[in-house]
Amino acid sequence: MAMPMESPITFSNVGKIRWWQRGIFASQTGYVLLALAVLLVIMHFASPYFFTQGNMQNVAKNFSFIAIATLGVTFVIITGGIDLSVGSMMCFSAMITSMVMTELSAPGSPLVHMAADGKTVLANVPGLILLISILAGLGVALIAGLVNGFCIAVLGLSPFVTTLGMLSIVRGLGYVVSNGRGSFPGGPDADYFYALTSGDVLGVPAPFIYLVILALAMAVVLHHSAFGRHVFALGGNEKAAELTGIPVVRVKIEVYVICALAAGLQGIIISGWLGSAPANMATSYELNVIAAAVIGGANLAGGIGGPLGAIVGCVLLEVIRNGLVLAQVSSYWQQTLVGVIIILAVLVDRIRSRMT
Amino acid sequence: MASADATPVLELSGIGKEFGAIRALHDVDMQVLPGEVVGLMGDNGAGKSTLVKIIAGNFRPTHGEMRFAGSAVHFNRPVDARAVGIEVVYQDLALADNLTAAANVFLGRELKRRFGPIALLDHKAMAARALELFGELRSETRPDDLVKQMSGGQRQAVAIARTRLSNARLVMMDEPTAAISVRQVEQVLGLIHRLKEQGVAVMLISHRMPDVFAVCDRVIVMRRGEKRADKPIHETSPEEVTALITGAKEAA
Repeated sequence: MAMPMESPITFSNVGKIRWWQRGIFASQTGYVLLALAVLLVIMHFASPYFFTQGNMQNVAKNFSFIAIATLGVTFVIITGGIDLSVGSMMCFSAMITSMVMTELSAPGSPLVHMAADGKTVLANVPGLILLISILAGLGVALIAGLVNGFCIAVLGLSPFVTTLGMLSIVRGLGYVVSNGRGSFPGGPDADYFYALTSGDVLGVPAPFIYLVILALAMAVVLHHSAFGRHVFALGGNEKAAELTGIPVVRVKIEVYVICALAAGLQGIIISGWLGSAPANMATSYELNVIAAAVIGGANLAGGIGGPLGAIVGCVLLEVIRNGLVLAQVSSYWQQTLVGVIIILAVLVDRIRSRMT
Repeated sequence: MASADATPVLELSGIGKEFGAIRALHDVDMQVLPGEVVGLMGDNGAGKSTLVKIIAGNFRPTHGEMRFAGSAVHFNRPVDARAVGIEVVYQDLALADNLTAAANVFLGRELKRRFGPIALLDHKAMAARALELFGELRSETRPDDLVKQMSGGQRQAVAIARTRLSNARLVMMDEPTAAISVRQVEQVLGLIHRLKEQGVAVMLISHRMPDVFAVCDRVIVMRRGEKRADKPIHETSPEEVTALITGAKEAA
């Protein structure tokens, strides 16, 4: 039967789905984005300080402090998994980074050779110590991510239990290596470190710039690469993914590694802003990170999520926190409200999907 | 791929499978010719799914030999079976609901375009090819629609389009008409005819007698792990097949 190539099928029974019923317009991310816009307008009228440049910079900085880790955990959530170890991972990476930096810069250290001028050899190359210490911090995150991925994908342990264990392991290791004391980024490269983590470019906070770059990269990877497609397929129907020949084990390990690296990077950035990496840093941040991802529309059952949602979730949480402070509401209310919003966001999505 | 020669696509001789002390299959011989639709029937536990899983590479047979297009084959994994041209359409269709029809058709075999060191998905080419395949199957399915919003017949079309993509020579369909409406059953049987027209051999595993009699050229009946009948469809009747399945008649 000869058919014209342009349209080999005529659609007599199957209607086309309207633009407002598909894509972002029909997603939880879309609804939460709308809620955020409404909230911003309310805040504008509620407080004259909200839309000042200083406050906006603050908000941008503060939500960037959890948003990079949220991007990472969103990968894991899309595959239908969960990573509870992100908070501990942030702390451990930050700690290793500042300890390595201090160690490599210290003249008396057994690890480094002294040059003729009394400084260490490494210190004579500007930025080298910084590079090595950040790579060390990310390196430990990489290892923890590999262990998570191996236990979950190869040994078949539950993601919840594995990463709950890893939460404790990594936090414990942090106390072991630091003896419970905080560590401080030090040495000749500390200034670069602070500039890169808590500095700003033309008034835009550096963490915010990293966030935007990483979010764009994530959008490309998720929607325009085979890996991203496999991540979604894994969350949609893991058995189908396996039957169609997708390397399920590899993809799973990769998402846990990505998540751990994002958390490590996030921790390093936070320590730059704090000026130290205390052993109790980022405690229970995993809950904020997962909450932000879920509010932004990532589905814990898997298959749905994206960078925009992750960021929108983080912004919403931060605007509420910021708004409560500006409105002089006791900050103790903040946590309660966050919980209410998590449930509301998921509830609205449920009602919407019942209606269509 | 339509070939008129009589080399069977698939030839099983003396296939047997034991799971510990349980004999799931015993001495099964069968042939499937190109462009032939063979119905595989039997009650639960008769050995149908074990046989399908052996052909699809999920299990290795304990005894016997399998030949595909004339040459002996040994499958260790499902990927090996797919590599020679055997595709399975699973009962639950193995589709990812959250992806589009085109994405599902190309799952694990995505078309890519290279930009220097990075390879990005070629959405346009995949959608165009998927639309072509849906056209071949005469299914009204849009490549960009999410599978979650589709009817049972459309979902079947997506699963079958996937087998067309690789130019499979043998497609095994596990209960494709089990849980869908009457109109959709018609669509699926239509899809099987399309495959047959293209010279693809089809094995239809089904409980539904009318569907088997509507599309199959030949019917094979399994009972207690053995092949009890292998007859052209016009030489048998639903009554006889029912008797063979239940054991009221031992063999034919």
